[in-house]
Amino acid sequence: MDIVSILSNAVTQAVGPLAIVYCLAAIGLNLHFGYTGLLNFGQAGFAAIGAYGLGIAVKTLGLNLWLSLLVGIAAAVVLALLLGIPTLRLRADYLSIATIAAAEILRLVVRNSELSKVTGGSNGLNGYGRDFDKLNPFNNATYGFGQITFSRADFFIMIVGWIVVAIFSLLIWALIRSPWGRTLKGIREDEDAVRALGKNVYAFKMQSLIIGGVIGAFAGFIFALATSIQPDNYGTELTFFVYTVLLLGGAARIFGPILGAIIFWAALSLTDGILRGLVDEKIITFLSTSQVGQVRYVLVGVALMLLMIFRPQGILGDKREIAITAR
Amino acid sequence: MSAPDINLGKGHPVTDASVATAATAATPKERIAAILANVEQVPGAAKPDPILIANNVTRSFGGLHAVDVEHVQIQRGAITALIGPNGAGKTTFFNLLTGFDAPNSGDWTFDGVDLAGVPAHKVARAGMVRTFQLTKALSLLTVIENMQLGAKNQLGEKLRNALFKPLWRAQEKSNIDKADDLLTRFKLDAKRPDFAGSLSGGQRKLLEMARALMTDPKMIMLDEPMAGVNPALTQSLLGHIEDLRDEGMTVLFVEHDMDMVQEISDWVIVMAQGKIVAEGPPTEVMKNPAVIEAYLGGHHGDSLLEEENPVLAMLENDELPSAEEAQAAVEAELEAEGVDLHPDENKES
Amino acid sequence: MRRIVMAVLTVVIGTLFGLLVSTTAQADSGPPQAPAAVPAESGSQVQAASNRISGTLKAGTTPVEGVKITVKGPDGTEVGTATTDATGKWAVEVTDIGKYEVEIDVATLPEGIALAEGTQNPRTVEFAPGETFKAALFNLTGGEAAPTVSAKSPFLQALISGIRFGLILAVASIGLSMVFGTTGFSNFAHGELLTLGAFAAYVLNVTLGIQLILATVIALVLCGLIGGYAQDRLLWGPLRKRGTGVIAMMIISIGLALAVRYIFLVVFEGNTLNFRDYQGGRSWDLGPVTLAPKDLVIVIIALVFLVATVLVLNKTRMGKATRAVSDNPALASASGIDVDQVIRLVWIVGAVLAGLAGILYSAREGVKWDMGGSGLLLLMFAGVVLGGLGTTYGAIFGSLIVGLLIELSALVIPVSMKNVGALAVMIIILLVRPDGLFGRRERIG
Repeated sequence: MDIVSILSNAVTQAVGPLAIVYCLAAIGLNLHFGYTGLLNFGQAGFAAIGAYGLGIAVKTLGLNLWLSLLVGIAAAVVLALLLGIPTLRLRADYLSIATIAAAEILRLVVRNSELSKVTGGSNGLNGYGRDFDKLNPFNNATYGFGQITFSRADFFIMIVGWIVVAIFSLLIWALIRSPWGRTLKGIREDEDAVRALGKNVYAFKMQSLIIGGVIGAFAGFIFALATSIQPDNYGTELTFFVYTVLLLGGAARIFGPILGAIIFWAALSLTDGILRGLVDEKIITFLSTSQVGQVRYVLVGVALMLLMIFRPQGILGDKREIAITAR
Repeated sequence: MSAPDINLGKGHPVTDASVATAATAATPKERIAAILANVEQVPGAAKPDPILIANNVTRSFGGLHAVDVEHVQIQRGAITALIGPNGAGKTTFFNLLTGFDAPNSGDWTFDGVDLAGVPAHKVARAGMVRTFQLTKALSLLTVIENMQLGAKNQLGEKLRNALFKPLWRAQEKSNIDKADDLLTRFKLDAKRPDFAGSLSGGQRKLLEMARALMTDPKMIMLDEPMAGVNPALTQSLLGHIEDLRDEGMTVLFVEHDMDMVQEISDWVIVMAQGKIVAEGPPTEVMKNPAVIEAYLGGHHGDSLLEEENPVLAMLENDELPSAEEAQAAVEAELEAEGVDLHPDENKES
Repeated sequence: MRRIVMAVLTVVIGTLFGLLVSTTAQADSGPPQAPAAVPAESGSQVQAASNRISGTLKAGTTPVEGVKITVKGPDGTEVGTATTDATGKWAVEVTDIGKYEVEIDVATLPEGIALAEGTQNPRTVEFAPGETFKAALFNLTGGEAAPTVSAKSPFLQALISGIRFGLILAVASIGLSMVFGTTGFSNFAHGELLTLGAFAAYVLNVTLGIQLILATVIALVLCGLIGGYAQDRLLWGPLRKRGTGVIAMMIISIGLALAVRYIFLVVFEGNTLNFRDYQGGRSWDLGPVTLAPKDLVIVIIALVFLVATVLVLNKTRMGKATRAVSDNPALASASGIDVDQVIRLVWIVGAVLAGLAGILYSAREGVKWDMGGSGLLLLMFAGVVLGGLGTTYGAIFGSLIVGLLIELSALVIPVSMKNVGALAVMIIILLVRPDGLFGRRERIG
């Protein structure tokens, strides 16, 4: 078993484009779920609408990169409004069912073959990223050191991606320390109490849904620019993994999503490398190499359960909070 | 909103004919008693200076009339108690008045402003602020954050200002000062940095009341302020409520504890089966035959809950204790545990 | 101490699921009775493979054999080739997530068979995180055309399909609705109960050779024991006792759903498997519609179980207690009803019904690892929400409406979008009537 290569793979994954995608989606979800208590199970839909907004704007409307990003953002705002207007007045669990269904509707519609001229149907879209590639200031074929190397394109998207992560983390930090953020936290604890104090809870929830949704759309942008747009990347499991990321790092913590995404991808990569190594060396015989990738997701599910049961406040949880929520 | 704010410590100008008598009275309690002395002791009686006037407010669930109030007036500056047996519709009436539930019919004005059909947060902004039967301390906010949340018209609550601290720094500072004053008054200042979730039941009640006062209400509506409060704290809570009245605020509260009602209220309104069946000063009203009937003719009073819960119907078939006994036991047990009997009640539908 | 117990219990549950399926699957790898089983070794196997790209080449209904397919990796190098077998199937194992190009060697296509117009060749497939296999489909022309369905009335035919699917959904969603009613949480792992039932029946029927009806009975017992009793006893019961909130339970159920779903994938792989009995067979021609005997049996079984459930809920003491707990758990508990026992029973009944629905569904559509979790779960939610969360009759009628809606809407919108209508209706119902069409009236105090 090549320990060095397993470890460098883990590092590569932990800071790579997919970790950024999950991190951004989790930052948006953190505003929804962590700070406002909104049970949004449609974060995959926000990522999808960002990605498709960008892709369609470039390919069908022929817009440049910047305008296309604006289209993606606008699409996410519209989705948030469409979802929020009816469901934000509902109980938390109704919101979860409505949002998961909306995300699924979106996926089924874009992958539908009747729309393949615009959305690419089940094949998705590609070839919309030329403007972005042109911006790439890096010229070497690869960047990195030792076994941790990234292609020129990956390196560029990573730099851009982590800058976006930093900006949004800062934004959330600034918002949450304000009276606006305090009201969101109040709504999370008990929205009727906040309503009884004269706050328009509905408006606050809508603002939270829109901002978190737009951050989710940025996750879609990074996903789209790092690879291609595939409808099935935006299934319900993406949302579930993002919840795992958020709960792993710690909901209602600024660094929760970042830490969560890094650990999530490092752990996925490590378990894959180690299990595969054990299979190769015939230490594990009941699994084939093709099953290793699947076993990892069993572990994700178990991890999500154990986290929620034993440490719902995540790695960055506050001790005083634990004292209250420990039951 | 244009109506004058009644701040703590500011007396209220009484304009009624009974001013003469009232002015000579020594304490605010006696002053109010004098004002109310001439009010007729009948359901829906007209008051000299009503802050809240409601007409034909009805709310039915299925075929049951939970609330059916023809007319009621609440006297400004007085402590009014709303009492009645279980299921009389007191909390539902509270929910309707404060916009947490929508009536089937009815209209009401608060301080001259029509509030029927107005959403809960606007009712609160109009100066009618409530607390809840099951205390809603915001557990994972600190005590001081709970208080700050109550302040009205916060610049930093607007999303467009939130990122620019200089815009709201000064206001935030003055809100904190105000909050600290209130915390000191309610003897919660030692708990300032703690999570509200770590407070005792009585402290939460105090916090909820103090938080409501941060909004500078004209009328505060307390839903069972004594439920679940440690007896040692009861007296100080009562004192706080009387202080509010003495400072000119209107208080309307729902309570089961008759001793407390007798002790602090200036006027008592009795509800049964959704209707107002009697009104009067605390010493008089309990002698009213309608009140005695409402409390002792228990069957009627409990009928709402009874029909609601097939459990009780089943119990009757299965020869367990009578429905009323089971009911009482259940209520008592749940109250002790702090269980929400009607979790959906306060939700907007 | 309690934490340790919980940890142990969680592991035990996982192992239980795991054991059931893995021991049986060991035997499964033997005779290729399952018609859909893909030969694992097709083309050059890449070391350390973890993902699979596969497909079936058919021209009309005729499988096309001996066609060469090449797969290129993200960096453009060839990572594997495959040749279609007698049933037209092929598969290539690849190393990791990412983009792959799949190309069909047109020269190896038999005479008279060509790629259909507009078919991409090569086409790209991409593995997203969480995906371990992908289908790459190519449309071919020139084979025997699929026999046209002889339904003379598409509307009536869709109506029948809708009733059948609606009844299956109804059986499936009773448990979801009752668990919501009694415990207040939306169980996102409910779909896996359907898959559990279907795989249990599959193993008994295909691997162990037990006739399907007997296999179904045994599978349902297993469902009740493992999916119902053990699940509640070991996981949800202790969590309830601890006072875990409904939102936490909901997220835990998502974790459970993911874990169990991927265990199914590890053990049974990603193909659609069919039962041994009652495959094929001729349909009756009833004038405007055709009806397969199997469909009739499915409808009858579903109806019998639905009626029985309704009777039990209405007539028995236990049924009444269940409704009492749904109505107000705290009050029921204080009234001397053993709420925990009632909830456990609800889990058992719900799991058995879900397992049955899974078997009925796969009798037609085959068993697949994510059948319950990815597609059916949301449709069950749609039915339950439509009828009013927590009400059993609501769940039944709501599911029937969803089933009909899906099949009838396929007459006017593309078949691939037929679920969209049902999900959209669910969102609209949540908007205009959140208590559902049959929701109970509000409580008062």
